[in-house]
Amino acid sequence: MKLFSNIGAYLLMLKGMFTKPENFKMYWKELMHQSVEIGMGSLWIVTVISLFMGAVSAVQTAYQLVSPMIQKETIAQVVRDTVILEFAPTLVCIVLAGVVGSKIAGELGNMRVSEQIDALEIMGINTKSYLIGPKILGALITIPLLVVLAMVLGIYGGRLASTLGGILSGDTYDRGLLINFFPKNVWFALVKAYTFAFIISSVSSFFGYNVKGGSLEIGRASTSAVITSCILILFADYILAFFIL
Amino acid sequence: MIEIKNVYKSFDDKEILSDISAVMETGMTNLIIGTSGSGKTVLQKCMVGLFEVDKGDIIFDGKNLTNMAQEDRKELRQQIGMLFQGSALFDSMTVEQNIKFPLDMFTKWNHQKKIERVNDVLERVELTGTNKKHPAELSGGMKKRVGIARAIVLHPKYLFCDEPNSGLDPQTSMVIDKLIHEITKEYNITTVINTHDMNSVMEIGENILYLYGGKKEWEGSSKDIIFNKNQQLNQFIFASEFLRDAKDMRMLEEKGIVDNDRNMEKIMREGGANLLMNDDDKSE
Repeated sequence: MKLFSNIGAYLLMLKGMFTKPENFKMYWKELMHQSVEIGMGSLWIVTVISLFMGAVSAVQTAYQLVSPMIQKETIAQVVRDTVILEFAPTLVCIVLAGVVGSKIAGELGNMRVSEQIDALEIMGINTKSYLIGPKILGALITIPLLVVLAMVLGIYGGRLASTLGGILSGDTYDRGLLINFFPKNVWFALVKAYTFAFIISSVSSFFGYNVKGGSLEIGRASTSAVITSCILILFADYILAFFIL
Repeated sequence: MIEIKNVYKSFDDKEILSDISAVMETGMTNLIIGTSGSGKTVLQKCMVGLFEVDKGDIIFDGKNLTNMAQEDRKELRQQIGMLFQGSALFDSMTVEQNIKFPLDMFTKWNHQKKIERVNDVLERVELTGTNKKHPAELSGGMKKRVGIARAIVLHPKYLFCDEPNSGLDPQTSMVIDKLIHEITKEYNITTVINTHDMNSVMEIGENILYLYGGKKEWEGSSKDIIFNKNQQLNQFIFASEFLRDAKDMRMLEEKGIVDNDRNMEKIMREGGANLLMNDDDKSE
């Protein structure tokens, strides 16, 4: 029963966002602020994760492909496709659910508990559109960009690990990247990135915005936001893979 | 003027407010008092539209908030200033940005004019020069004053204060009370204050509404409160022996039994309550 009422409240929250901004300039400023917070704030962790997931992927693929019948270029192909199809969008977004999701839920939860949201409401500001709207839009702008960056860095990490580890040469790796490349995979990864960005930002906003109580509840809301976002990301990942691939 | 007419409010099955009616006068400090859990905050939140009432009307100068369209409600809210219990200042912003925020959102003034207005209200709350400080650098009393400055920056017609003295020392509490009272008179606004503070009740209570168990138990002014016969209210207001003695003294003064130290010896000897009882008996 509580699940259905939460889904209803979540949908009402999304509906409540669509009103005319009181002051477009202020909303734009908030959007830019959130884009920087979400994008730049997650840049270093995405960089580190991407390089290492590409590197590990290359080393493990090489470890498993021991047959002389299989060309060395296949390692690059496998790294490319796993990074583009799964690691960059899904793994990075699961990490972002922790980094960005907990931050959004914590920020909104603190604003709720300290009555800052009430103060904005009293001023006549639609807090759903002013506080949540820019966060969702900011996530929709920056998270797909981070995912694209993760794809590039992941593939580069694989190349770095392959050449430094003597698994295969840089030329062989580059040649492998071009074999059987389907641009549809990139498109699919971007669809996933947009979907996951929406899940992370909206679900975390929902949990933060509806905090009741004190600081303990803010922590609980952040945890719930991250867990729910991760589960929904994995569920959406399966659904999208099932229907699009 | 704000009229509250037969307001009811429940959460789940628990009735918090039951048939509350009152009038909050313009240019007056209207106080809502009552024990914890009596429904003061809920009533105030219903009045500003943060909670929807189950039944009844809340009328701001002829405009009924309860059946108002969303856009009209937003417009009305721009005429409302509110000071929250914890001040509710935006942590990431400086004092200047906090006060300027409503101006940025709702006016098309240039930057210079906004800063001038911010400095005006900061001067009014005696916080000149604190523009660049963050809320974390301010004391409790200063935060309240910044909260007042933000609440009045758009020249509101209505000012709501939720326990403005909570967490403050008695001296600072009196400064905040005086400030709110002065602002009310200066701008002729309708001020509604939720409070527990007995100093506030006696000093600035021009129109007092006492809630008990979600119902209106008593209504009057700080002068009326001295002579009230309501048992619940007397237990609430004059909870300590010190306050009961102070009440007796005030009653003796009001009745002209004592106007200076002359009768003090008699009062000390016979007790203020006895004198009052005798005086009441005589009048009967």
